[in-house]
This record gives sequence, structure tokens and C-alpha cells, in this order.
Amino acid sequence: MAAGVGDEDADKARRFRDAALPHLDDVYTLARYLLRSAADADDAVQECYLRAFRHFDGLRGQATKPWLMAILRNVCRAEFARRSGASADVADVAEDAAPLWQEPTTSPESAVLRRHDSETVRALVAALPEPFREAIVLRDINDLSYREIAEVVGAPIGTVMSRLGRARSMLREAWLEAERAPQYEERST
Amino acid sequence: MTCEETRVLVNALVDGELDAGHAREAEAHVASCPDCAARLRDYRVMRQALSAPALRHQAPAALRARIEGALPQHRVAAVAPSRRSLLKGLAAGSVLSGALAAGLVVFVMRQEEDQRILGDVVSAHLRSLQGDHLIDVQSTDQHTVKPWFNGRLDVAPPVVDLTAQGFTLIGGRVDYIDARPVAAIVYKRRAHVINLFVAQVAGGAGPEPRATIEQVQGFNIWRWSRSDLGFWAVSDINAEELQEFGDKFAAAVRSGA
Repeated sequence: MAAGVGDEDADKARRFRDAALPHLDDVYTLARYLLRSAADADDAVQECYLRAFRHFDGLRGQATKPWLMAILRNVCRAEFARRSGASADVADVAEDAAPLWQEPTTSPESAVLRRHDSETVRALVAALPEPFREAIVLRDINDLSYREIAEVVGAPIGTVMSRLGRARSMLREAWLEAERAPQYEERST
Repeated sequence: MTCEETRVLVNALVDGELDAGHAREAEAHVASCPDCAARLRDYRVMRQALSAPALRHQAPAALRARIEGALPQHRVAAVAPSRRSLLKGLAAGSVLSGALAAGLVVFVMRQEEDQRILGDVVSAHLRSLQGDHLIDVQSTDQHTVKPWFNGRLDVAPPVVDLTAQGFTLIGGRVDYIDARPVAAIVYKRRAHVINLFVAQVAGGAGPEPRATIEQVQGFNIWRWSRSDLGFWAVSDINAEELQEFGDKFAAAVRSGA
């Protein structure tokens, strides 16, 4: 890509570095949780930054972090499509099939959630189905606001709130399950 | 308010996304509903656990380098037109000898490379001040910071403690200048951060060049080189203080080497 680039491109590259590279760890973290594979996350993040640079001029007054994450998400979707061959968007099907707020309220009211070590928490999050995993990672691990999450996933804030609600319910169930069955930790790693 | 409604609100309450009115409503319901109270309490435990740094991943240095390397490099970018215009001058009947023209091209290239590196130095400095990117090894002990670079870089940067001279060593990290990994040694002067970048440079023979101070994008940069190591110190402290830092650093390196 070296030939024919002018001062403008050099300047663009510099502005891009300053704006986009500080978010690399955040973008990489999201990629790791979405793809559940370090090698795939590497490739996806690199592709994401390439695309982002190509479209950097289109970023006008928008926050860089959600913008990068939205691009990453598209890259990951393409990767899912590749993995599952022709199978359609599994994520959205799962959401439709799981009505909101219908989960049994089995949680004991008195017991306080036990703290798990980070390895276990990571495994519990990784085990959540999409799009709930994505919602909780964006919110609690990447620390995005509802508005930013809506921007990243291209859905209304109401949808983001329902997904997040459902995600937390599921995570809580899994959390309690892991407390009851500590061998979960060995099975999951 | 019913539990059904509150469950949505409990999440928003945990996330601090409710305005005062709704937050009061939600809290009132939670206070009278043990089920929602348990949920709120559990969600707070979960949210706290999820915000632990250990849950985040750090991008591998190789990935960072690949991304930096894929961006247009300023060298080719900036030099091509200058070289063309020089050659055009020759074709137009210039009396410059070929050798002199070649010398000029090299000179122009070096000038532009210098500018690009200075720009990179400022970018790296700005980057380091965002988030937790300032230091990878945190120590005020030069004997901890220096060996940390072993195996991470192809240079062994001199690390000197200048605390007694008013510049506190706080640590080091690996950064990227000109798409190459370089050592960054971090000092503090009062509340100001000084990033000192050390990289291998061409040259070595000949007299030691004089150190210079330049201003780029509002930051002062002190430049110095000694044998095959180049040094760039960048900070928002004033030029006199940065010069003082440079003098003290250079003196320590000369006496230590």
C-alpha cells in the first residue's frame, strides 16, 4: 500500500493511530469474547483496523470506540457465517426462541452470590449464548453505556435493555449452578 | 409497579442509567420485594466481578505491531514527490552534478524521516497518557526497569535514576515509533510525565551530535544520540526543564558507559 500515498495519507495514518490505537485492548477483549478463540480474535481485530482505516474519513464527530466495535462486530459476523457454512443468523433465532423474563425464579432469596475467581467468571460469560454474551461483555467488561451499545449492535436501546436483562438472568443462573457444582470449573477449562 | 417492570429497571439501576425519578420508583419497589432485592444484590456482585481487570484481554504486542505496520508509512509517502521534483529540476537543465543531486535526495529524505519520527514521538506520548498504557513495568528502581527490557527489544536501553535531580523514574514499557518497537522509559517531574524513547539508529562513527530541543504540536522534544542509540524525550514541561532533564540524563549515561 506504499506506492502513491501522499502527505494526506500520512497525516490520515497519524490521526488514525492517535484515535484508534488507544482502544486496541478494548476491541481485542470484545473479539476474544465474541469469537472465543485467540487466533480468530487476532485476525478479526487486524481486519477491523484495516477496514476502520479505510473508512476513517467517514468518521465525523462520532465516538471512536463504539465505531471500532461496530466494525469488529461485522467482521465477527462474517467469521460466524464462515464457520457455520450457510446456516443463518443463529443469534437472532436464539433471541426469538427465548421469551424475555419467563425464566423460573429458582434463585434462593436469602443466599448471596458467592464470588468466583476470574477464570470461572470468564468461563461463565463465554458460555452465554449470543446475543446475550455480546450485550453483557459490552456493558460490564467494555464498560459502554446503553446508548453506545445500541450504536454498536445497531438496535434500539429497548432491545439492548431486554438483552442485557436476559443476559444477567442467565448469568445469575449459571453462577448459582457453578456454586452448586464446583467441578464446573474443571469441565469448563 | 410490578416485578415484571422492575426487572428491566433493576438492570438500569445497576447500570446507573436511570434518571432520579425512575431510580426512586425502582428502589421503592425493591425495598418491598425480596425477590427483586436479591436480584439487585446479585447483579451488583456480578457487575463488580465482571469489571475486574483480569476479565479483560490485552492485545498481543505482535498484533499491535502488525496493525501499525499495515498503515501507510510516511517515508514513502512524503519522499516521493520531493524526489520527483528534484529530478525534474535536473531534467530541466540544472547544473547540479548527479552526485550532488543524490546527496540532496538523501538529505531531503532524512529531513522528512526526522519530521515523521518526531510526529510519532508525540503520538506515542499522547497514547501513553490515555488509559493504562503508560507503564508495563512499574518501578522506581533502575535495576528493575533495565533488565525488564531484556528479550523484549533488540536494544539494551540505559536506564538511569534521576530522582536526586528532580526527575523521578516511574517505570518503562515497550512502545512503537516508526512502526518499530522501542524502549520507553517514563519519568515524572511534579505532575508532568516525561517519556524517554530509546531506539537503535544508524551511524555511530564520528563525533557525538549535539542534543537539540524542538517543539512539535505543543510538546517539547529533546533529541540526542550516542553511538548507535537515539534518544527522544517528550513532555509538556517547558523547554528549559526538558533541557535540564536531557543534560542530566546525558551526563549520567556518559559517566556510566
